[in-house]
Amino acid sequence: MNRISKIFFSLAAFLLSLPAWAQQRFPKPEFETGYVQPATSQAPPRALFLEYLDVFMLAAVLIVATWFVVKKRSRRGVLWTSVFALLYFGFYRQGCICSIGAIQNVTLALFDPTYVLPFTALLFFVIPLVVTLFYGRTFCAAVCPLGAIQDLVAFRPIELPRWLQKILGVVPYLYLALAVLYAATSSEFLICRYDPFVGIFRFDAEFQMLLLGGLFLLVGIFVARPYCRFFCPYGVLLGWMSTFSKKHMSITPSNCIQCKLCANSCPFGAIEKPVEEQGNRRSNVQRLMTYLFFIPLWIGIGGLAGSMMHVPLAKFNSTVYLAEQLVENPELKQDQEHIDARAFMQSGKSMDQLVTEAKEIRSQFYWGGWLVGGFIGLVIGLTLLKLSSHRNRYDYEPDKTNCLSCGRCMDYCPVKK
Amino acid sequence: MNDKKEHKQAGRREFIQTGIRWTLGVSLAGVATAAALKVSADDFVWQLDPFKCVYCGRCADYCVMTPSAVKCVHAYDLCGYCDLCGGYLKPDANALSTAAENQLCPTSAIRRKFVEDPYFEYEIDEDLCFGCAKCVEGCTSFGNGSLHLQVRHDLCVNCNECSIARVCPSDAFERVPANNPYKIKGDFSVGTDESNPA
Ligand code: SF4
Ligand code: SF4
Ligand code: SF4
Ligand code: SF4
Ligand code: SF4
Repeated sequence: MNRISKIFFSLAAFLLSLPAWAQQRFPKPEFETGYVQPATSQAPPRALFLEYLDVFMLAAVLIVATWFVVKKRSRRGVLWTSVFALLYFGFYRQGCICSIGAIQNVTLALFDPTYVLPFTALLFFVIPLVVTLFYGRTFCAAVCPLGAIQDLVAFRPIELPRWLQKILGVVPYLYLALAVLYAATSSEFLICRYDPFVGIFRFDAEFQMLLLGGLFLLVGIFVARPYCRFFCPYGVLLGWMSTFSKKHMSITPSNCIQCKLCANSCPFGAIEKPVEEQGNRRSNVQRLMTYLFFIPLWIGIGGLAGSMMHVPLAKFNSTVYLAEQLVENPELKQDQEHIDARAFMQSGKSMDQLVTEAKEIRSQFYWGGWLVGGFIGLVIGLTLLKLSSHRNRYDYEPDKTNCLSCGRCMDYCPVKK
Repeated sequence: MNDKKEHKQAGRREFIQTGIRWTLGVSLAGVATAAALKVSADDFVWQLDPFKCVYCGRCADYCVMTPSAVKCVHAYDLCGYCDLCGGYLKPDANALSTAAENQLCPTSAIRRKFVEDPYFEYEIDEDLCFGCAKCVEGCTSFGNGSLHLQVRHDLCVNCNECSIARVCPSDAFERVPANNPYKIKGDFSVGTDESNPA
């Protein structure tokens, strides 16, 4: 052993016996040469007014998009607006913060008493929903950068079978419910973690996430906007608003002449064809009543299934996971390689405290599981109900829930005002 | 006759639609108001509390930026300007030299400058530092703890949820008001005994 390491180790042995943080072991020297100590630099974060500029841009682009869709009926206008939104919210703002992720901020504000919600996040959450309640999903048409990037690569859209669309259409509800559950239990922000495009916007991400983003874009060439239709949790909320919106765009500017020209123009399968009620009205109503009757059953089954899943669901909470690990393998507490166990031992928290905390979180997941499951049961029940009910429809109309107001179909309509 | 029925049906549908529209609007307003009770006009950014950090090294690996937006900063106020810097030299260094093999920092991001006998100034080259916390562990274990990690806000993109916060074993990450975005050591030890060594 050389001299230096000897000094080092004897020093270390002595010093390590002291609480590490409370010491200035070596006093600051008094310099004689007039040495001036440099300042520790503190680069400021992005200025606050820029954050509000983002909100302003959101509102402005939303107004422009809505004008192009509802008033001007110009697909071209929508397209260029979406390109701008992609550049601004996507590549310049690097996809953060976005309205989709803001769901979690709002949830956290409702459930975590210590969390303070930035006003900008609340606005990002609320503004598109309000506009959608009036004019349909113009936000999806040209403002959301995630939608825009997918829209631009939808070169060869194929039509998916209806039943597949319906089944996959349940996924966003599940995603929304889970995202809310994990945010409400302060576990994590699922939507942000698995945002497939944010890595592309930043030109930087873990390899798996870039892969996922690339995959979505690749699939998106054939299945138009796969994230929007089969994953996006905000799309669920927008869909609700849009279904009951006041002035949703229509395919034709005046009256549909049943020319069928627009029938296949929607890459998202969101055009409803004319249908006539089939069969006997009475038996139809009876069938609907049966489906309605089954909905509470669906909710019950879903809730039960959800609550039974609470143990695996809670594993994704780091406190619960650590507690489980340490209870199952107590020897891990001594394992210096196990970073979380070591940090826990250093924290001075007792095992009992950790277990109590974990139990509490688990019980939150138990009740959350009921809610999530019940919600999904309700969604399934309603989907079935909707599938079996046809009201008469005489014209080609956008399905207001799923129509993204992209405006493609308008160009196919030969009727001019 | 049939027309009339259709008309009536359409009217009823319209009525239901309007009703639900209002319900949705009111629910949205309700959620927004409840959330608004917790609102702050200020923005928030991520910062880590250096007194909680246990130098696990995850700051280097889990940031969404490469290299990490977390860097080592030096609180000169706390530094002892030691020759035998626990943050600079490997514990088993062969010689008190600046040779790379003796340096603790994997990227040689710490620059050592002679001030006067026997004192040295240590400076971080933040372009090289990737926030691995090796020096922080060394400095905190053997020295004054003047080297510590901070999120650098010119590099951090302020993720909605910091992906390091999710994995930080000591829960050192928190959201802090954007107008007071740093927790530089020494700054907030004023008035406590950390700045007045016994
Ligand atoms: S569905 Fe979601 S991802 Fe797609 S455009 Fe709308 S908000 Fe964006
Ligand atoms: S605007 Fe037309 S083409 Fe676009 S999503 Fe709606 S129905 Fe489909
Ligand atoms: S992840 Fe946490 S404990 Fe680990 S180095 Fe970063 S701040 Fe310190
Ligand atoms: S907020 Fe994002 S960019 Fe900033 S330190 Fe955390 S992970 Fe890195
Ligand atoms: S040892 Fe790690 S944290 Fe310290 S300066 Fe070098 S790269 Fe940065």
